Amino acid sequence: MDNTQIFTIAVVAIAVFTIGGGIALAISLYQAHRLIIETVSAPRSDIVQDHGGHVSGLGETMRVDKWWIEPLWTGFGFLCFVAYANWAGFQGEHYWHGSYLSPFYSPVLFVDLSRVGAAPLEHAWFGLWPDWIRQIWPPFFPTSPAWLILAGPLAFRLTCYYYRKFYYRSYFLSPPGCAVGAMPSNIVAGPTGTKQYKGETALFIFQNIHRYTWYLAVVYIVILSWDAFISLWEGGHVFSGRMGVGVGSIVLFLNPLLLATYTFGCHSCRHLVGGRKNSFSGKIGARIRFSLWKKVTWLNQRHMLFAWLSMIWVGFSDFYVRMCSMGIINDINTW
Amino acid sequence: MSEYTFQIWRGDSSSGEFVEYKTEVDDGMVVLDVLHRIQAQQAGDMALRWNCKAGKCGSCGMEVNGKPQLACMTRMNTYLEQDVITVQPLKTFPVIKDLVCDVSWNYDQNLKIKPFKPGTPDPDGRYRMSQEDVDRVQEFRKCIECYLCQDVCHVLRDHNRKDVFVGPRFMIRAAGLDMHPLDVEDRIPDIRDEFGSGYCNITRCCTDVCPENIIITDNAIIPLKERVADRYYDPIIWLSNKVSGLFQNASKS
Repeated sequence: MDNTQIFTIAVVAIAVFTIGGGIALAISLYQAHRLIIETVSAPRSDIVQDHGGHVSGLGETMRVDKWWIEPLWTGFGFLCFVAYANWAGFQGEHYWHGSYLSPFYSPVLFVDLSRVGAAPLEHAWFGLWPDWIRQIWPPFFPTSPAWLILAGPLAFRLTCYYYRKFYYRSYFLSPPGCAVGAMPSNIVAGPTGTKQYKGETALFIFQNIHRYTWYLAVVYIVILSWDAFISLWEGGHVFSGRMGVGVGSIVLFLNPLLLATYTFGCHSCRHLVGGRKNSFSGKIGARIRFSLWKKVTWLNQRHMLFAWLSMIWVGFSDFYVRMCSMGIINDINTW
Repeated sequence: MSEYTFQIWRGDSSSGEFVEYKTEVDDGMVVLDVLHRIQAQQAGDMALRWNCKAGKCGSCGMEVNGKPQLACMTRMNTYLEQDVITVQPLKTFPVIKDLVCDVSWNYDQNLKIKPFKPGTPDPDGRYRMSQEDVDRVQEFRKCIECYLCQDVCHVLRDHNRKDVFVGPRFMIRAAGLDMHPLDVEDRIPDIRDEFGSGYCNITRCCTDVCPENIIITDNAIIPLKERVADRYYDPIIWLSNKVSGLFQNASKS
């Protein structure tokens, strides 16, 4: 079985899994939604109510609109991305084509030249996979450079204030929707538990590292911008190779651009460039700070949009490079 | 003119039930108009709180079809004639009667916030602020204290953590004071320990329901969380403050 067949089977399997799972989830939620509507329409004496007629419990609500669509599709969309990113990271091959490097594999710290479609040795920061890593590397994991670097962008996204909104709603059901019953704290603690809701003061206090993950995300933008730049040189030989441009170059240039719109619209960035100050008026430094803060605020107001666009484009960039590397797509270029 | 069916919560702090009312609705009416018509024609003893009928006093906050909103700003043409429209009091606060709640817990939270404390005035004895500095805190002054954000906040609504979290309304009041260009009071310890900034998990429902369109989460709560992170969770800032403090002490001595 060649790589094309393996890839086709994997894509079909993921598509079937995600679409099938999504349809099943949608049907389940729709049924739950219908149940809620029927409950609301039924005589009020048959449901538990407080003084005010409110129903309580996970997912309970008097809302009759389709509140569940947003948490369903955002949760589902992110799962699709995670599924693809894990699959792509697991391959450990076909992440380089011509001068194009998949963003899932950038920076390439170590390279295993025995893998098909691996980056050339000169593009690996620290050369070949060292023996000491091979010795501790889990045998069921391919020697994929992606595993060494994906934690950085993942940490930035997972602690992002927008992502927190959607995954607290979609995955933690805390709450699943506005004025919809949240996951009770005593369910988390066990049926006899007396645990009270602690928000981000206990386990989730780590969310306060977001500003550090932002610094890391900026470094990634610089690295991915360099990758876009070297994509203009045949074979990735900067200044010595023949210069040109291909569809892949455009894809790889758009990638750091979209990531920058997301990263520089971050709430921590907005705080660092000016939000932490109470006054924007005065000397030249304060005027510059105000100007920066306004620009970051503009991006911040569109943070959700850029979060999704940049995430989808990172996945697409990997997909495009992978397809070219596997010979499924013929990259149109000037070389 | 069309006939609509309403199910309105009637009761007090000890008991109650939904009572069905059918009433005619004219073009242009809002939910509060309909409630007044029901009160005038069918339920003279129905209690509801209202005042300005213009979305500016914040009195008529209630839950219409499960959504916290101002009855005076909820247009009837957003519902279909065949819909059954449920009207309830706010869930987060105890019911006094029918659609009226006891929201006095909020006034206690307000008292926890240290008041405005101006710094040193200009040499001529006057205080001056620039427009760009005022603009940011002006947003928070639009709050009409309808307490819809307090009602929808799941920390208060579902988890009843009124013992540790003051709620979005008072986070924006604290933000308005803490970001004020003339204010010199330090509220960061209170914001973390007394007001419970860490209990908000950013699900933005407060922003979604605000009738004044105040961006509560992004412009007030998250900036306050970041200020708390500056003080308590950022070792680089902690270290730089320590070093600068050492230099200042050395220069003094």
